[in-house]
Amino acid sequence: MSGMYRRRVKGAKKSGTRRRIVQLLAAALANGYLLGFQKGRIFTGGTKAVCVPVLNCYSCPGALGACPIGSLQAALGGVKHRFPHYVLGLLLLFGVVLGRVVCGWLCPFGLLQDLLHKIPVPKRQLPQRIDRPARYLKYGILLVLVLLLPAFARTAAGTAPPYFCQYLCPAGTLGGGIPLLLADPALRSLAGLLFSWKTLVLAGILLASLFLPRPFCRYLCPLGAFYGLFHRFSFVQLRLDRSKCVGCGACEAVCPMAVKAMRDLNSPECIRCGACRSACPAGAISFSWNTKPEERTTP
Amino acid sequence: MRPNTVLRYGVLLTALLLTACGLANGEHQEVLQKAVRICLECIGVG
Repeated sequence: MSGMYRRRVKGAKKSGTRRRIVQLLAAALANGYLLGFQKGRIFTGGTKAVCVPVLNCYSCPGALGACPIGSLQAALGGVKHRFPHYVLGLLLLFGVVLGRVVCGWLCPFGLLQDLLHKIPVPKRQLPQRIDRPARYLKYGILLVLVLLLPAFARTAAGTAPPYFCQYLCPAGTLGGGIPLLLADPALRSLAGLLFSWKTLVLAGILLASLFLPRPFCRYLCPLGAFYGLFHRFSFVQLRLDRSKCVGCGACEAVCPMAVKAMRDLNSPECIRCGACRSACPAGAISFSWNTKPEERTTP
Repeated sequence: MRPNTVLRYGVLLTALLLTACGLANGEHQEVLQKAVRICLECIGVG
């Protein structure tokens, strides 16, 4: 093994370990109120006025911040029915600065999918004719469940429920529903068909994660869909040095999101995990900050 | 200046202005009021 290749392999392992540490720290920070799990109570401190950048249910007993998707729906569907300046401002800030670095490095539910995918079972990819159109589902979820229905589909009381949280969000079931229902018999007695449905959705996503990398992020996450919109011009970018690229395709082979890295490195599908950068034997891929946004290269 | 660079700084400025506007409106308090109560819909019992 040549010295340069050996250094790249060692660097790749170090980079993967570094990302895992950041993911674990971010998950611990977002859900650091451990007393909440013990008491079956949620945190009620002032930090919950701040939206975290990740999908993290604020009804999780450990949650120290507010979920941006939940907060957005609450603002749109609330009695005051006003434009959500604060939540939207924070979402735009996270999006334009980081893009889906949030998905690849900070999201606890993303971490869970990554860990499940490490379990040694045969891995699968969906055929492109299913995978490609299915990627648009998350944009539909963002538009309909997160934005339009909370804004316009109101109950007789004049408010609208958070439709995405209520009918789909697996982070809410895993982080909020299950721990709270386990701790509180009164809440447990209220669980019915809706809880069964949400548990089924959660179980399906976790099971799919064994075989397919990041199924929720690929097809269902409205927050990932939103952040991906900023990828072509966000401050954080991935850059491909074409003078170094040897066209081996190692970057595309390791990508958990099946991005065609050599053609469209800053695709909205990319979660910026850096696996491509670690895998590249020529060191052609790098993260950059506030450099000139690249144009997409079409073959 | 390239269009994407204009977009980058334009969105950043918009983000900061919207956040400031929201803070001035007290919207962060509304977020807090929602987040410190158990969301029954979110946990699947609402």
